[in-house]
Amino acid sequence: MNKSKEVFFQGFIKENPIFRLVLGMCSSLAVSSTMIASLGMGVSVIFVLVLSNIVISSLRKVIPDMVRIPAFITVIAGFVTIVQLLLKAYLLEINNMLGVYLPLIVVNCIILGRAEAFAAKNSVGYAALDGLGMGIGYTIALLSIAFIRELFGFGSLFGFRIIPEEYTILILTLPAGGFLVLGFLMAVWNKLAALQGKPKAELHCQTCPVAGLCGEGLIRLQKTDDVEIKDEYIKSDANIEKPDDSVIYIDGNIKPDTEEETI
Amino acid sequence: MNTNLFYILFVAILVENYVYVQFLGICPFLGVSKNLKTAMGMSVAVIFVMVLATAVTWPINHFLLETYQLEYLQTLVFILIIAALVQLVETFMKRYMVPLYNALGIYLPLITTNCIVLGVVLLNVQSGYNFIESMVNSIGGGLGFLLAMFMFSGIRSRIDKSDIPDFLSGLPITLIAAGIAALAFQGFVGIAENLFT
Repeated sequence: MNKSKEVFFQGFIKENPIFRLVLGMCSSLAVSSTMIASLGMGVSVIFVLVLSNIVISSLRKVIPDMVRIPAFITVIAGFVTIVQLLLKAYLLEINNMLGVYLPLIVVNCIILGRAEAFAAKNSVGYAALDGLGMGIGYTIALLSIAFIRELFGFGSLFGFRIIPEEYTILILTLPAGGFLVLGFLMAVWNKLAALQGKPKAELHCQTCPVAGLCGEGLIRLQKTDDVEIKDEYIKSDANIEKPDDSVIYIDGNIKPDTEEETI
Repeated sequence: MNTNLFYILFVAILVENYVYVQFLGICPFLGVSKNLKTAMGMSVAVIFVMVLATAVTWPINHFLLETYQLEYLQTLVFILIIAALVQLVETFMKRYMVPLYNALGIYLPLITTNCIVLGVVLLNVQSGYNFIESMVNSIGGGLGFLLAMFMFSGIRSRIDKSDIPDFLSGLPITLIAAGIAALAFQGFVGIAENLFT
């Protein structure tokens, strides 16, 4: 029971997908200008993440290792299409607000990252809990960015005016504001993490199988596929600190070998 | 007609820059921009895949999906086409174009699920561009990505040399610097309409 609790809650703060694992930056910057769009995006991601984690986890012994990434993408794209059709049918306004970022959930590193790092190694129940916890953590992070951007940028929350229009800060509503608010919030999270003796958030290639291109990603690639990489590429980018395993991997806390246990 | 193409190119590079304004391709933007050489390699590979993906997906969308009213399958079909295409190009390059493969090969598998490629393909469809306009938009988007990467790798090499408070160092200061760079791109808003009409 403790284990399932831990799997569920770690996505909230300890392994928050945006502030700790640094996954899914594109969508988090783009849709976080208003609370409503963030909530819509968060709920869509929770839906896709939970269902794709369940399907991938239950198929993990059937999918051959060689083609696992295309297989994962197909499953995820199927669920994203379902969300697209549902939003178009019942919540057209939110669909228009999210625009192109809704279909782009397919390539959101959070979903593929969790499929690769967790769902492909754990049983169905844990995978579903992990998807739900991570999805809620993502929504919390999105809403916290949107809270600052909407309150001070537009002077409203969920569309209700709180600060008079004369006193709003225009830059927060612009794309630049997204970068700035995320940067400062991440600094706060890093500070809090440092107080607890945890390492800083960095871009990790381990959790983001294809999108990260940092030094470790290149080295890993060289090991798995027999790709020739010139030494200079590795040396130039490999000075990234190797992050503490406990931050990234579930494996540190929960042994994947014990996956057969039921919750 | 010609001014229209220039307009699309100009907008794609500067006004609607895919990195700074539309937030596509942030992962490689933050991950690879540490070093100018890898940044350039990645950008060229992205341009290559984007143009190729547009050249393949546009006819499929126009002649297959739209003809048979299967537009709702766009997301699924496009991402699978991109994934298969990248794999095909990689294999082809490895066999027949070794110098090019040595230069770009390592970046190709990582581009498959990069949101900038799928994003451009989807935006081309949503904007209702014809084939030539889509191609111009992809080239412009790729050049905009290259510009952003080139600019930002310069900024980052300066950041690396400066003394930054500990809690801001690393990702936070990178994001804040990107925010200030994005602010510069706000200056192009409204220019395009006056230049080309």
